[in-house]
Amino acid sequence: MAAWRKFKFYPEMMQMVRFIATKLMYVLLTLFLLATVTFFMMKAIPGDPFMGEKKLPPAIYNNIMAKYGFDQPVWKQYLTYMNNLLHFDLGESMKSANRTVNNIIQNAFPNSAKLGIVAIIVSVIVGIALGVIAALYHRGLIDALATIIAVLGVSIPSFVLAPLMQYFFAVKLGWFHVAGLKEPLDYVMPVLALSALPIAFIARLTRSNMVEVMNSDYIKTAKSKGLSKAIIVNRHALRNAILPVVTYLGPMTANIVTGSVVIEKIFGIAGIGKYFVESVSNRDYTLIMGLTLFYAFILIVARFLTDIAYAAVDPRIKLNSRGGGS
Amino acid sequence: MSNLHLTKNHEEQHAAASTDRHQHLNLKPEDFRKIDTSDLNAEVISRESVSVWRDAMERVISNKLAMICLFILIAITVMSVIGPWLTPYDYQTNDLSSTNQPPSKEHWFGTDELGRDMFERTWMGASISLRVGLFAALIDLVIGIIYGGIMGYFGGRVDEIMNRAAEILYSIPTLLIVILLVVVMQPSLFTIVLAIGITGWVNMAWIVRGQVMQLKNQEYVLASRSLGASASRIIFRHLIPNAMGPIIVTLTLTVPSAIFAEAFLSFLGLGVQSPAASWGTMIEDARSAMKVFPWRIFFPALFISLTMLAFNIFGDALRDAFDPKLKR
Repeated sequence: MAAWRKFKFYPEMMQMVRFIATKLMYVLLTLFLLATVTFFMMKAIPGDPFMGEKKLPPAIYNNIMAKYGFDQPVWKQYLTYMNNLLHFDLGESMKSANRTVNNIIQNAFPNSAKLGIVAIIVSVIVGIALGVIAALYHRGLIDALATIIAVLGVSIPSFVLAPLMQYFFAVKLGWFHVAGLKEPLDYVMPVLALSALPIAFIARLTRSNMVEVMNSDYIKTAKSKGLSKAIIVNRHALRNAILPVVTYLGPMTANIVTGSVVIEKIFGIAGIGKYFVESVSNRDYTLIMGLTLFYAFILIVARFLTDIAYAAVDPRIKLNSRGGGS
Repeated sequence: MSNLHLTKNHEEQHAAASTDRHQHLNLKPEDFRKIDTSDLNAEVISRESVSVWRDAMERVISNKLAMICLFILIAITVMSVIGPWLTPYDYQTNDLSSTNQPPSKEHWFGTDELGRDMFERTWMGASISLRVGLFAALIDLVIGIIYGGIMGYFGGRVDEIMNRAAEILYSIPTLLIVILLVVVMQPSLFTIVLAIGITGWVNMAWIVRGQVMQLKNQEYVLASRSLGASASRIIFRHLIPNAMGPIIVTLTLTVPSAIFAEAFLSFLGLGVQSPAASWGTMIEDARSAMKVFPWRIFFPALFISLTMLAFNIFGDALRDAFDPKLKR
């Protein structure tokens, strides 16, 4: 018989493939819905971006409307917009002449990405370290200190923390530049401001899991075998304790990305966030739509990867793709 | 006492038997007398029975930190109401002869770049923050309970479809939707509350769904159903009241995130518009003048952090209080 009949899918493999396929379908559906909603929301705004400040001569006005396709019926505009999206074309900025949204993203994204990736790495490492140390010295002084840091990190908004750091570390002590992102040292303050919240979350999560794991039977077994504390922590406890941190990676990316909007404004970094704020205050609709979709794309993909990573790492998770709930 | 004595003898007997079977057992006929159980009172409930609610309340009240936080929240709430009457100024009158004043006897928290009294503005910010938190939590509560209750109670297909829809909404970052909504409608307190409310309920719905799924198979629900109660009566009269603990905890933790969202938007200029004062706009105004007048950021920064801190700690304490695993 044909050779392909001999090829056998293991049921686990099939489940994983189906799991990824379902999740991917929802990623696409979500993006489609979001694109549709943003489009019609922007259409729902009364007036158009070229009305206002100065009266344009009717001929020029009509030309501009034709250039952006605003003279077409809405459904046609929608189809054009969707078709362009399929080709990853986000359109042309309405306020900065001759700049496409793709162009702006290309220029701005590297700055945001560098900052964001450093912030994610710092959050994960510092958060886990803080949580583990707090758990190992459970109910001690260090534990109390870590708890205080965690609660403060959750409670002090980044737009409070950032100006305070600017004032004390840059203006008063002169350790860093007040703004900009040119030297490695320039990363310290924005990264700290961005990762304060995720550090606090991860530390709390790790601490409570670590405390639970350290009291479990298999750790007692490891202790009674006479293993050293370092081996128990590294080999046995840590792996299980940081597993739930994986689920937080998606929401953390969302946190850092939304936080970057404010942080880029405060530290004068020419990233996506800065353009996003500008586009909103300029009413540059194509740019707002484009950047919203770009943000959403990054976050939804991050969440998708998190789901898959979690399913791959934790054998206990059921692969019937029913997220959320309970 | 005599009971204990007996078991002890038994153990000795076993030990003796295993070491040396042929040795005498050292037992006397008295060891086998019947124990008088009339004074044992095994059936009597020695502790007063305590309801879940009273137990949780007692545990929260015994938590000193939580009580301090509750006190701070009450104090801020009271000040947001009476604060504006304590000084002769109001939040919007410009006084260009005394701008950017540091805190003094006349202006307790100083003045801003237009000479407006910061004490007045701080408490106006407090009232805006608290109102946003309260109303956003209320919207969360209503939508979350209805949506989550229906999801959990009916289950199956209904649950699947509604859960998918909630998941899609949940996967879009809240602040993006809020920003879009604020751009489409004009920025105002109403828009912000609406935007935060309609995006933030998914978490609440999932909490309610989980609770309802746990509770719906209990006998009292069956009893109610066999008496002919409708689904909405069972959900709202029987299931929701029994799930109130987790709902209140979620609600308490919703408030600080709503306060944060409002301040975040106001900081970006998308929130409350001047001359009204929000902690977010005050921080943004102070930040741009930070080098010269650093004190201006102090009070809004202090009070927003304090409010969020107090809500977070109090919410955590509530959660611990309702958690049977942490019972001592």
